[in-house]
Amino acid sequence: MLRVVLIKDLAISRGERTLFSGLNLTLNAGEAAALVGRNGAGKTSLLRAVAGLLRPMAGTVTFEDSSGPVEADVARAEQLHLLGHHDGLKASRTAWEELRFQALWTGGTEDSARAAAKRFDLIRLLDLEVRRLSAGQRRRLALARLAASPRSLWLLDEPMAPLDATQREAFGVVMAEHLAGGGMILASVHDPLPIPARLVEIGA
Amino acid sequence: MKAFGVLLRRELALAWGRGGGPLLALTFYACVVVLLPMASGRAPERLAAIAPGIAWLALALAALLSLERLFERDYEDGTLELLALGPAPLEAVAIAKCLAQWLATGAPLALAAPVAALMLGAELKVMPLLVLCSLVGGLAFAFLGGMGAALALGSKRGGLLVAVIVLPLFAPPVIFGAGALDGYMSGLSWTGGLMLMLAYCAGAVALTPLAMGAACRNALD
Repeated sequence: MLRVVLIKDLAISRGERTLFSGLNLTLNAGEAAALVGRNGAGKTSLLRAVAGLLRPMAGTVTFEDSSGPVEADVARAEQLHLLGHHDGLKASRTAWEELRFQALWTGGTEDSARAAAKRFDLIRLLDLEVRRLSAGQRRRLALARLAASPRSLWLLDEPMAPLDATQREAFGVVMAEHLAGGGMILASVHDPLPIPARLVEIGA
Repeated sequence: MKAFGVLLRRELALAWGRGGGPLLALTFYACVVVLLPMASGRAPERLAAIAPGIAWLALALAALLSLERLFERDYEDGTLELLALGPAPLEAVAIAKCLAQWLATGAPLALAAPVAALMLGAELKVMPLLVLCSLVGGLAFAFLGGMGAALALGSKRGGLLVAVIVLPLFAPPVIFGAGALDGYMSGLSWTGGLMLMLAYCAGAVALTPLAMGAACRNALD
């Protein structure tokens, strides 16, 4: 279980353009941070850099658990969920096949996947092919993997965009529970999150 | 290891369903074998002489057919990010993908190869060697093709790039396999060609996952 994420002096460039530099951010257990900024400011790039998918131009991202620093590769392989713009779901497979795989792959079990489906009101949809789901249903299916496998750091890119008001509220409860259990959330948003979160402006 | 099994099963299901799965490659294979006698003339003895070689060459081309999209879809729909953050490194993910590709298309093609060779009039005694060559060669083709597909990730004309990268790498196993088959049919030494192909296949299986892992990481960056 991670306790601290430490982002130090981070600079990210895409091609020739520097998106931001000198970014410092510390996230402790039980905290959420909301990344705000105009389109193209680098919110998604920051999330991908924390996830280790993108090499920053300068600066470091380090992880710590209760016994001290954790190797970044280990932390990323075991303790981190990234939910990007794309849901990572195959249109030709059923919702249950996809949720089950995502849960097992990220360290959950079939039971936890089933419980997460219930949590996100997906039970009725599990036998449907992903191509038949609406954008909001697909997003809920992708969000369900957060609950299906216990990982302490959630990196969310516009998680609420396709959700309706009821589902936003429901997801707010899930996020609040995650924080209460000592989890951490780093989310890029345009609308405010339904939970108390520190605002971090990117590329101001 | 458990995660690898979970991934392999999923990849197998996807490879089996993707674009007709083994049917696409098998149909292409059938087309080549059926059209060849019409193009090359009807003399049965000439056909019989080149039958194993043609069955073997068509197999290499059919294997190439379904490889282009091996990584592309995962890259486009965000699955590759999920796979990159799993318990197994991307190299292991690449191995699972190529193995699944081999099981779903390479193995059915290898079983179809003796049928095709028989249709063209090859002698019965060469069949076991043809199946063995096809199985081993198919494994090499799957891993080499996977490397081409990974290197072409994110480029607009990916399919073209895959073919250009992969064709020179396909040449050695095609030569070794054809050499073994030819030697066997004419009663000469044939183990040398087979051994070279086994070695080439082992090298491909051992080395290409490193390239695939690096290429995927590069594409995600």
